[in-house]
Amino acid sequence: MVGPVHAPTPDAHPPLVLLKDITKRFPGVVANDRVTFALHAGEIHALLGENGAGKTTLMNILYGLYRPDSGEIWVKGRRVDIRSPREAIQLGIGMVHQHFKLVLPHTVAENVALGLAGTPFWAPARAIGRKLRELSQRYGLPVDPDRRVWELSAGEQQRVEILKALIRGAEVLILDEPTSVLTPQEAQELFKVLARMKAEGHGIIFISHKLDEVLSVADRITVMRRGRVVGTVLAAETNKAELARMMVGREVVFRLRKGTCRPGEEALLVEDLHARNDRGLWALRGVTFRVCRGEILGIAGVAGNGQRELVEVLTGLRRAERGRIVLLGRDVTNRSPRLLSDLGCAHVPEERIRMGIVPALSVEENLVLKRHHRPPFCWRGLLRPKAVRAFAQKAVEDYAIMTPSLRTPAKLLSGGNIQRLILARELSGKPAVVIAAHPTYGLDVGATEQIRQLLLRQREEGAAVLLVSEDLEEILELADRIAVMFRGEIMGIVPAGEASLEEIGLMMAGERRLAVRSEGI
Amino acid sequence: MRRLGPLVFEPRLVPSRLAVLGVSLAAVLFALLLASAVFYGYGRNPWQAYAQIGRGLFGTWPSFSEVLRRAIPLILCGVGLTLAFRARFWNIGAEGQLLAGAVAATGVALFLPVPEGWRLPLMFLLGFLAGGVWAVIPALLRVKLAVNDVISTLMLNYVMAYIVEWLVHGPWKGPTMRGFAYTDAFPLSARLSYLPGTRVHWLTLVLGIAAALVVTGLLARTRLGYEVRVVGQSPEAARYAGINFTAVFALVMLLSGGLAGLAGVGEVAGIHWRLRSPGHISMGYGYTAIIVAWLARGSPLTAVLTALLFGLIFAAGDYMKTALGLPFQITGVFNGLVLFCLISFDLLMFWRVRLARKEEAWTGSTGSSAR
Repeated sequence: MVGPVHAPTPDAHPPLVLLKDITKRFPGVVANDRVTFALHAGEIHALLGENGAGKTTLMNILYGLYRPDSGEIWVKGRRVDIRSPREAIQLGIGMVHQHFKLVLPHTVAENVALGLAGTPFWAPARAIGRKLRELSQRYGLPVDPDRRVWELSAGEQQRVEILKALIRGAEVLILDEPTSVLTPQEAQELFKVLARMKAEGHGIIFISHKLDEVLSVADRITVMRRGRVVGTVLAAETNKAELARMMVGREVVFRLRKGTCRPGEEALLVEDLHARNDRGLWALRGVTFRVCRGEILGIAGVAGNGQRELVEVLTGLRRAERGRIVLLGRDVTNRSPRLLSDLGCAHVPEERIRMGIVPALSVEENLVLKRHHRPPFCWRGLLRPKAVRAFAQKAVEDYAIMTPSLRTPAKLLSGGNIQRLILARELSGKPAVVIAAHPTYGLDVGATEQIRQLLLRQREEGAAVLLVSEDLEEILELADRIAVMFRGEIMGIVPAGEASLEEIGLMMAGERRLAVRSEGI
Repeated sequence: MRRLGPLVFEPRLVPSRLAVLGVSLAAVLFALLLASAVFYGYGRNPWQAYAQIGRGLFGTWPSFSEVLRRAIPLILCGVGLTLAFRARFWNIGAEGQLLAGAVAATGVALFLPVPEGWRLPLMFLLGFLAGGVWAVIPALLRVKLAVNDVISTLMLNYVMAYIVEWLVHGPWKGPTMRGFAYTDAFPLSARLSYLPGTRVHWLTLVLGIAAALVVTGLLARTRLGYEVRVVGQSPEAARYAGINFTAVFALVMLLSGGLAGLAGVGEVAGIHWRLRSPGHISMGYGYTAIIVAWLARGSPLTAVLTALLFGLIFAAGDYMKTALGLPFQITGVFNGLVLFCLISFDLLMFWRVRLARKEEAWTGSTGSSAR
């Protein structure tokens, strides 16, 4: 910690940013452990690691959101102390967060003008319109300054965020998981923009956990694991297997064992489903598909194209305005979540902490949620603690849930164990249909592998699985057929074996393929 | 971890029982410290005043029994409110529910032709139902029409207070009361008996303690209790699990309001023996019970203890009024200060505060500061 302080040797080109021996502790975890990281002008430096490896913490320190417990930050050869994002911006550091920080009802220009030094008090947005156009032309970032942000796609909103950083004079741009909201084609567009910025002498820090894109976009790659830097390698001199080994700390198998698909009878039929989102706008406009026993139907698509509403309607949490849902031959349109669950429809929800568990209740109590009202857990309105305990004990063992005890509040478990708990609860009742929304989002590689195996096992055991995910790799790996959603409609359903990434990308961007493969739903 | 001046705040995910107890006690003591300013204002030495109150209250059994008497309605209302609060239903309406129970009891006592031996049990039964039904209204309003529970329960207090005013000035005004706004006195068969030498109507006290035990068991061991906890802790998860909100809130409020109704029965059948203006019957028990339940942190058994604490404050208020010549509003000042301190001290329960060590400087270890 308090070591001798060596100023970097004065050379002609000190790094744009140098983070030296940064340590940051949170209660119970060292998020960054003596991390050193350098970024030079004119390079794209990827920061690679699993969720929870400490990438975002490190960047939040650089952006002034957190303060390090120890360590030094140097910008352009000068020792600095960054106390707030404002100071970071003054130093020429810009950040595009994974979740955009835009004011949705405002126009693009208004968003860019917000908090920008030197804008006039009256009509601030008009004054910067010209500058905005100039910048967007220079870097190939087309946006209309007068459009309202809520009308823009995720890719366009990201451009606004990048422009916001550039207009503030950012020489260093931090991008936190920038491709997670983009179609493959949009991601390629982004990479072109980054290349142009690199040529102009900017330095770019590219945070990601996706190996392929890091290899294709970055010049250098720093891999982090559990708060430490494992190493920094040149992109040209490494490969996917090496990066994965560095990231996970062991060999990683890229192929899951997956038997051939033998679809059985139809378990879930969805016909012409219409529903509105929370703002009353149409989120589903005539969705039709079927899932049979023993197969996995993957729903791909960029976030916010109706996937959430689809899952909610299918599980009874949102009203269907039109169309019908048939579960095991029975019309269950707009029936209660409890009935659906009792009929054998399991739901692994997207918001696992807010919806999937009751954080303050114990592990054992969470394991019987949804079945607490039925024997053997409940008899004449009284709970049977022994039955609950016995069931929970077995579930914890079968699904390898790491918990200090059955009485531990569920909120104290790690993300992976919370997801195991949810899967244990949902899958142990031998469901006929499993609806899984983003089941591995934010989990480490080990938990991800295990959860994918569990879903495959459900398929093997004859359940119909509907897998909604924004992770295309996951869909390609697990699904037997792939449906792509765009603006509340299914653009097409293709067998996984025949699907090319490009074709799926086009459908994600709104190109309809239904006519071509008319074997249909 | 956060740093504020020389202090470091560390979050506590699950506050220990000791922390909860310590922080709550500290809050109450701090409130008493603040309240001493009131004594100064009246030109009295606060320590002498506290000492005098202590001697006055704990000196004899009859004077101490006043604490119990005052605690009875607080126990019943407070236990009911802990149940509602566990479901995150903000029942601010115990005052009105208590009055509803008092009205029902008066109706049975004065106007219902029933055998003598049936009168008291029937008063308690109908008092419970009246308070419960009055409380179910806001529950249904919230589930069906998304009406804010704080507002509806609070407003219904005024409605019930005016109903009582109307009854005692109008249709139920006692012909033998020579123009006072009272109903006639209850017959002997509608009056509760006291512990010897006191005004403690013990039957209601027993009901209160029994209620605390029953609600504790209900929360821990029944399907309804489980659903109450799920709804209260995570409404999203409750929806996901298909829990019926209407049933949970209606049942919770039936019980919560019903217990407040029992408190109202106890007051008219045990103390006043008649229905009179709402301010006389309740003295704000329903509002004080909110603090009782808050301080009990959702535990019905703890609510019995906190109700005793506030019974003490009420009794002390009576004593200050008569022995020290302070205005009766002093009880309200005390209650307010205690609630205020409790809410402010909550911060300490979820954040451990300690002095910063040297190396935990604002910045990195070498601490260059360029402010």
